[in-house]
Amino acid sequence: MNSASKPDKAELASMFRSFIDPAFVITDEETLKPYECDGLSMYCVMPLMVVLPETVDQVQEVMRVCHRYQIPVVARGAGTGLSAGALPDAGGVVLSLAKFNRILDIDPMARSARLQSGVRNLAISEAASEYGLYYGPDPSSQIACTIGGNVGENSGGVHCLKYGLTTHNILSVEMITVEGERVVIGSDGLDSCGMDLLALITGSEGLLGIITEIQVKLLPTPEIARVVMAGFDSVDNGGDAVGGIIAQGIIPAGLEMMDSHAIKAVEDFTHAGYPVEAEALLLCEVDGTKEEVQEHIEKVEALFRDFGATSIRTSKDEAERALLWKGRKNAFPAMGRISPDYYCMDGTIPRAHLADVLNAMQDMSKQYGLRVANVFHAGDGNLHPLILFDANKPGEFERAEAFGSSILQLCVEVGGCITGEHGVGIEKIRQMPMQFTDQEIEQLNAVKEAFDPRGTLNPGKGVPTLRNCQEYRAINLKPQAAEAHHA
Amino acid sequence: MPDITEQLQDQIKTARTEARKLSIVGGGSKAFMGRAIDADRLDVSGHSGIVTYQPVELVLTVRAGTPLLEIEAALAKNNQMLSFEPPHFSDASTIGGTLACNQSGPGRPWWSSVRDQVLGVGLINGTGEKLRFGGQVMKNVAGYDVSRTQAGAMGSLGVLTEISLKVLPRPATTVTLSREMRQNEAILFMNARAAEPKPLSAACWLDGKLYLRLSGAQSAVEATAKQWDIPLMTGGDEFWQQLRDQQLPFFAGDQPLWRFSVNSTAPNPPLDGPWLIDWAGSQRWYRGDAELASMEAHAEKAGGQVSLFRGGDRTGEVMHRQLPALQAIQKRLKHSFDPDGLFNPGRLYSWM
Repeated sequence: MNSASKPDKAELASMFRSFIDPAFVITDEETLKPYECDGLSMYCVMPLMVVLPETVDQVQEVMRVCHRYQIPVVARGAGTGLSAGALPDAGGVVLSLAKFNRILDIDPMARSARLQSGVRNLAISEAASEYGLYYGPDPSSQIACTIGGNVGENSGGVHCLKYGLTTHNILSVEMITVEGERVVIGSDGLDSCGMDLLALITGSEGLLGIITEIQVKLLPTPEIARVVMAGFDSVDNGGDAVGGIIAQGIIPAGLEMMDSHAIKAVEDFTHAGYPVEAEALLLCEVDGTKEEVQEHIEKVEALFRDFGATSIRTSKDEAERALLWKGRKNAFPAMGRISPDYYCMDGTIPRAHLADVLNAMQDMSKQYGLRVANVFHAGDGNLHPLILFDANKPGEFERAEAFGSSILQLCVEVGGCITGEHGVGIEKIRQMPMQFTDQEIEQLNAVKEAFDPRGTLNPGKGVPTLRNCQEYRAINLKPQAAEAHHA
Repeated sequence: MPDITEQLQDQIKTARTEARKLSIVGGGSKAFMGRAIDADRLDVSGHSGIVTYQPVELVLTVRAGTPLLEIEAALAKNNQMLSFEPPHFSDASTIGGTLACNQSGPGRPWWSSVRDQVLGVGLINGTGEKLRFGGQVMKNVAGYDVSRTQAGAMGSLGVLTEISLKVLPRPATTVTLSREMRQNEAILFMNARAAEPKPLSAACWLDGKLYLRLSGAQSAVEATAKQWDIPLMTGGDEFWQQLRDQQLPFFAGDQPLWRFSVNSTAPNPPLDGPWLIDWAGSQRWYRGDAELASMEAHAEKAGGQVSLFRGGDRTGEVMHRQLPALQAIQKRLKHSFDPDGLFNPGRLYSWM
């Protein structure tokens, strides 16, 4: 409570160095620099310091010290987040879990793995593969992102229509509370008694506790997976085809759509053989037993023809499957080739509104004077509009942000939400009042208080204060398009 | 049926003013669960009906008091289902009670739980405010996942008014395989089958017999049944329905019924008495008199938790104890939603 008793930077660093390897308590500007932002590099703040504890005891001690002096703590995994959720606090400590990179145990019989929170997502499936198992959620950043970060953001990926999000694929977590106490939430069983705190922690963006260990479920690797790629001459037809597959009772392992801007950019970049003349492209992956996949692939091909596909190509082997996915997986870097910068949005919509939303986005594109390309997790309604801009041109990023905000507003208006998998972080905190009333925001803040009464865990992220909500509402109401147009 | 949210809000506000406690009741089919409590009945069964259902979106929004039977009939018309196979403890069982008590049937390890399939909820908190969390889309990470936190909270955080759920297509084909097998062997066998990429959708052991269900594309189901070489069972669908609704003879009688939620591979606790092993070993039922503390020790040894599901002493604790730190968090959470402790006081734990 008494800020006068707060240690200064040097004092705090020496406290940490008394129990953490001094080399892992970073205070100099040059070494701190890489920690000033995460994957959303438009937002930068230099932290007071960064600590890289190596044991749970050390994490607990860091938390105790920070709790005592009310010092903000921002947890960080690989720093691949796209909503500035790991943006440092200028007066706070960044707690990096990079040293927590051990796979503790794989239990092939029980189909689960125990992992330290800094283990990379892809490393789990790599380690499990010798048992014919894998970990379901596969965010685009899976080479680098950590399982701890995945829990923090409730990460998805291209396979979540069938295999679920992080929240569906974890059994338990070890969490260090803001006071420094170690608790295990969940168990080896599929559910636990009481309120489902595991659900509450998942996707809480580091606002409720520090995750040090995670037990994940592993799935049997499907015998076979094949992908059908189809071009359509309108977004409507593509969208209808998606509905048609679902209506047939098929749940594809992956179902991705791209608009014509994305198709062209990606084809130029990857030469995967995408139909550049198409207005919409669908990638539909089916997995399962050999018999099931054969049966479903035939149905999907027939359905695409019925819905007016202008081209259809089905993978015959693993190499071709990888090639067809290559374009989609490289959609973001492909944008980097046609524009100095891009800004990736993450709204979700009920799929029925897809064509309307994409058309509205093209109108907005003209209004804001910025190009937009769309990649879309069509199966689960998660849009990733990529707004192209040049950060070196004054005002362009602000315009891109305003454009993005208008897109999110539209998503909420058609019954969707402002973020499907990237999280709110600091980036979308101004859009929270679009989706939630003041009473709901107040309730969310009360949830935070139940875990973190002093509000030192990742402050300023995820959920706005009520006072800020009023400000944001006023800003959101302003006709941004008109004002942004001249730039 | 009309939307009676405002009526419910009024009833809650009045109870608050009059310092009365409320016991939330939908179909009343799960009255046997949780601890016995003394509070005025808040009947939510009148808040019933399907709000929206878009089969191609795989999303359904219903009022919390809607009977499961009504929902399942609407889904069946579109060849879809509630994939978590909710138990019907009576024909009056509602979706709200199913979520509050986190009840899922035999397919749960493969087809998700009710908690997993919840996309959003509307709820009235203890001050009578109507709130909405989550949404009607499959991915939504804005705000904390308050919707799924309701699963197993037994109404302690508020009165559920609306629930949005992900639904799934019904499998094209289902068959049941069955053969005799000893308990310990069956636990390992079920886990081994679950580790194969085959269309397994239920796995249970009871009275010296193993039961496996295969569901999916006809070709896949037939090929797997042939490969596993276990005899086909007739009347399989009825068996799984009776298991789901606890109508099998195992569940009859007054002996206390204990539910273990444990590591699927754990050896069974050394307790004399009848066992039923479901969810390929993750959910185990035991009939017999016992102290909660000793059952907790068995459950923890098996990597999980236990609850006194039905019967026995409902005035003591019936749920696995909480770590002090988690108990403190849940008390504060309860307070944040329901500051006066209006809803279901003591139903989940004596201290809540």
